[in-house]
Amino acid sequence: MRYNEKELRALSRQPAELAAELGMRGPKKGSVLKRRLLKLVANFLFYFRTDEAETAPCVLPQPVGALLLERCVVSQEEACSFSLSFVEDMDRKYVFQCDSERQCLEWTGALRRASYEVMRRSLVFYRDEILKMTGKDPLEQLGISEEARFQLSAIKA
Amino acid sequence: MKLNERSLALYATCDAPVDRAGFLSKRGGRHSAYHRRWFVLRGNMLFYFEEPASREPVGVVILEGCTVELVEATREFTFAVRFSGTRARTYVLAAESQAALEGWVKALSRASFHYLRLVVRELEQQLEAMRAGPGPPPPLPSRTLLPRDNGLAVWSHDPPTTGPPTPPPRHRRSSVPDGPGASFPQLHEWYGREVRALRGQWRHGQTRP
Repeated sequence: MRYNEKELRALSRQPAELAAELGMRGPKKGSVLKRRLLKLVANFLFYFRTDEAETAPCVLPQPVGALLLERCVVSQEEACSFSLSFVEDMDRKYVFQCDSERQCLEWTGALRRASYEVMRRSLVFYRDEILKMTGKDPLEQLGISEEARFQLSAIKA
Repeated sequence: MKLNERSLALYATCDAPVDRAGFLSKRGGRHSAYHRRWFVLRGNMLFYFEEPASREPVGVVILEGCTVELVEATREFTFAVRFSGTRARTYVLAAESQAALEGWVKALSRASFHYLRLVVRELEQQLEAMRAGPGPPPPLPSRTLLPRDNGLAVWSHDPPTTGPPTPPPRHRRSSVPDGPGASFPQLHEWYGREVRALRGQWRHGQTRP
């Protein structure tokens, strides 16, 4: 499947919601834990090598990879580690090792919110709450009340 | 660069409602032929299939950081999805009617995760302001409307604990209000103005003989 890799790379250079060096292990059997620079941007988790500082200053760091965070499940594994897997194959897990429990909680929280579908549900929920409290549709004031993506029907029942 | 392409492809074909679907013709290169494809917009991803019944997409355009604009081309009803940066790709697409053109441009202009997050934050702030105001505590949210995610309670009475606000991504060739002064209403006004300007152009175009 073709995708606009150049634009995805450009996205990886945008300001991140969250960024840190964590241990990361891929889902394949026999994968080892590697130190990676993780960057959360929009609904993508990018991971970079941590030795990029050694490359020439004019060379932009390129991500080793990216994970689209839709239909994913983030689970606490141990006090300082969490895993990421996808709805279609829950046995394939990406495992992350944090430096502290606090960091682990910070990342699991952020990753769960970093999904377009999750955020869409929040929007519909807030819209409904405000409508109930004020009798006014907040999206109407913003001129986007008819957008298909913000309707109740847009979220999976 | 690695990518969980299988997950991406499955996001295209999962049974959640799509944001928009229809036929568009996609131009191959600058002087290339157009190929008619079935396009499906879901979230900030624009997938394209050989046909509606295809099980896997031919490709996807990740829509983060793009602008959508009308273009002059050999075909009618054409628009472009443009990305900033050197040697960045521009996708030229042709709709099959004026109404479809308008619908697609509007839908794609508001498809970014960035935009959605702005709207959500705006509503969060409105709710915060309301709850901070005087009056009896509001009733608990109805369970059927609580967003379901991975067991993390999204709604609580505490202020949102999302870390320090991130500045919006920088669009190099765009005139989107940016910088510390750019508030949601400003950004929304900008998007609204762009759509209104486009609508004006279309209406003008429609009166041509």
